[in-house]
Amino acid sequence: MQHVLLIILENEAGALSRVIGLFSQRGYNIEKLTVIPTHTKLLSNITIYTSGNLNIIQQIKKQLKKLINVIKVTQIKYSDYIKQEILLIKILIKNEIIKKKITKILNKYNGEIIHIRNNIYIIKFSDTISKIQKIFYKIKKKIKILKYINSAIFEI
Amino acid sequence: MILLSGAEMVIQSLIDLKIQKIFGYPGGAILDIYDAFKTLQCKKIQHILVRHEQAAVHMADGYARATGKIGVVLVTSGPGATNSITGIATAYMDSIPLLIISGQVASNLIGSDAFQECDMIGISRPIVKHSFLIKKTIDIPNILKKSILLATTGRPGPIVIDLPKDILNQKIKKKYYFSKKNDIKKYFYLKKISYTKIKNIIKILIKAKKPIIYAGGGIIHSNSYKELYKLATILNIPVTLTLMSLGAFPGNHPQNLSMIGMHGTYSANMAMHNSDVILAIGTRFDDRTTNNIEKYCPYAKIIHIDIDPTSISKTIHADIHIIGDAKKILKKILKIIYLKKYHIDKKKIKKWWKSINTWKNKKNIILSKSENIIKPQKIIKELYLLTKGKAYIASDVGQHQMFTALYYKFHKPRHWINSGGLGTMGFGLPAALGIKLAFPEHLVICITGDGSIQMNIQELSTAKQYNLPILIINLNNQSLGMVKQWQDLIYNGRHSHSYMKSLPNFIKLSQSYGHIGILLKKKKDIQNTLKKSLEIVKKGSLVFLDVHIDPLEHIYPMQIKNGGMNDMIFCK
Ligand SMILES: Cc1ncc(C[n+]2csc(CCOP(=O)(O)OP(=O)(O)O)c2C)c(N)n1
Repeated sequence: MQHVLLIILENEAGALSRVIGLFSQRGYNIEKLTVIPTHTKLLSNITIYTSGNLNIIQQIKKQLKKLINVIKVTQIKYSDYIKQEILLIKILIKNEIIKKKITKILNKYNGEIIHIRNNIYIIKFSDTISKIQKIFYKIKKKIKILKYINSAIFEI
Repeated sequence: MILLSGAEMVIQSLIDLKIQKIFGYPGGAILDIYDAFKTLQCKKIQHILVRHEQAAVHMADGYARATGKIGVVLVTSGPGATNSITGIATAYMDSIPLLIISGQVASNLIGSDAFQECDMIGISRPIVKHSFLIKKTIDIPNILKKSILLATTGRPGPIVIDLPKDILNQKIKKKYYFSKKNDIKKYFYLKKISYTKIKNIIKILIKAKKPIIYAGGGIIHSNSYKELYKLATILNIPVTLTLMSLGAFPGNHPQNLSMIGMHGTYSANMAMHNSDVILAIGTRFDDRTTNNIEKYCPYAKIIHIDIDPTSISKTIHADIHIIGDAKKILKKILKIIYLKKYHIDKKKIKKWWKSINTWKNKKNIILSKSENIIKPQKIIKELYLLTKGKAYIASDVGQHQMFTALYYKFHKPRHWINSGGLGTMGFGLPAALGIKLAFPEHLVICITGDGSIQMNIQELSTAKQYNLPILIINLNNQSLGMVKQWQDLIYNGRHSHSYMKSLPNFIKLSQSYGHIGILLKKKKDIQNTLKKSLEIVKKGSLVFLDVHIDPLEHIYPMQIKNGGMNDMIFCK
């Protein structure tokens, strides 16, 4: 089962490696990780996606709280947070038909074209996790995707 | 306000923080600190020059375990720092408060693979409670203060401070001062002890038909032996100890079932297995004490008291737990028992005590009679009688460690010093020297094996330099006994690389270091030779007693792998 942990960490040299080390040295896998400094720059907000049974997660949370540099650890309940993910896709637009199809999707989901060169387009979407997934499959069905990347998830 | 160099600040801060001993070894990156001993004309701190950095850490560790104070170590960058790692890991596993100050190359060279550079913060990260890389000279006093606070409070542990050479420069003086404020408040935030939980625990303990107290090293760290004693005797509950807590409850007390676990006593393991309530205090249910957790104490309700939240329900689920300092919690339990005037019927668990006493009196282990050859059990028993259970005993790792744990009855806490968590061979001798430095007037004995002693034997030289008359008892079975035992039990007796050819002549070896070496080979000489050795030690010389013991002896009881607490074997 996937769990999301939100950590407030003192922005000190080596602090992040302590957090990561806790996971790796116990054989826990980190699936996604974002580090964003807060406006004071003294603290960072860290989001970690990890999986494991509830017991393991409880243990990870306790271990995290024990780290001197960790100010706060919260496990996120999905409903309490606004989450956004960014998706970047690289596609080749050979003809007008394809271009039309893509424009339709871009309009529908507030996407934008951020780069064009030699018929190669890079387009961007930002939306909720499930929407991003939907967009991705829609595009995949209609056109060959050369490359794509999605960001970690931002919460507030 | 005085002006000091960074190096002088290190020493002056340690003086101001009431540190009395530093164990160390010099090198390029910390020469400024060594110079500061001279420029400050430091008399308040004694520096002990070891022969190997690993030994410096074990020495500081022995000092810390015996005194309850922090042990301080000073090592240089690169190889000095890496040599200290085994010692740090040893202390970390047993929650010992240490401060390791390591030198580092100058700030502008960090990351350039400079001479004697190594990433000490990175290497030590998983085995420290916390670590600091100091970047500014003026931060030195406060970070030292903070480190000592962190190392000694909560669940104690080692702290590493890495000091780049440039911030120590003896030629640059800066203002030396401690700030008043404490910026680690979060760390001291502890929940209030719940009154209802305490009342609930008392009720469960009073109602229990087969209660047992399982007390770990936390009792020693929190100095709560008196409280443990009171609680156990008021309620008439049997007490079992871990390898780490021997001495926390008097060894000869009728309620003491002694050590539990892999090599624990029959009565302790049987009582644990059959109990209906376990009060676990300051212990982490280490795998050496639980055997197979699936089969662990099937009838017991578990109450767990510990300062470290991560220890609660980590391996064994706790039905009730309280997080906090064992001393405070035990005090509160005692106070409420006293105030509420609970009716305690000691006779109610009479039947339980009857079963326990049958287990206690059962003679499972029958030592084969031997005319001449010395049995390790015998010599430890004799040592116990001669020293009345009052000596400080440091041990190495192997069969001799378990023989000592089982056959020497420790009457006082902090007198049994050994590496439990990491099981580090080579710990014994330096640890014993650390204890002797803390308590020069007391008898300190190091029990070791022919394998272990050779892992830090060079410290015999340190012992000479600082005149530290301890007694070393080398239980010499000419093999890595514990390894051989496992090979006997699990690998059909195939002794692969577990014996030592070409052992040194330990008598001559200790003599060449300037000590007294004595050989003990015959059973009938045990008492006299021990007495004689103790006398020489008392007069101020280190004695290395090389005892040739039965090389075939195994340590029993031993729990059967993957069994329950009650699955034990007693002979080959
Ligand atoms: C540094 C280190 N290396 C290896 C081991 C594995 N080990 C555990 S006990 C033991 C044998 C110890 O032999 P000795 O010191 O002679 O004691 P004995 O068991 O014979 O009493 C070994 C090799 C260890 N605990 N520590």
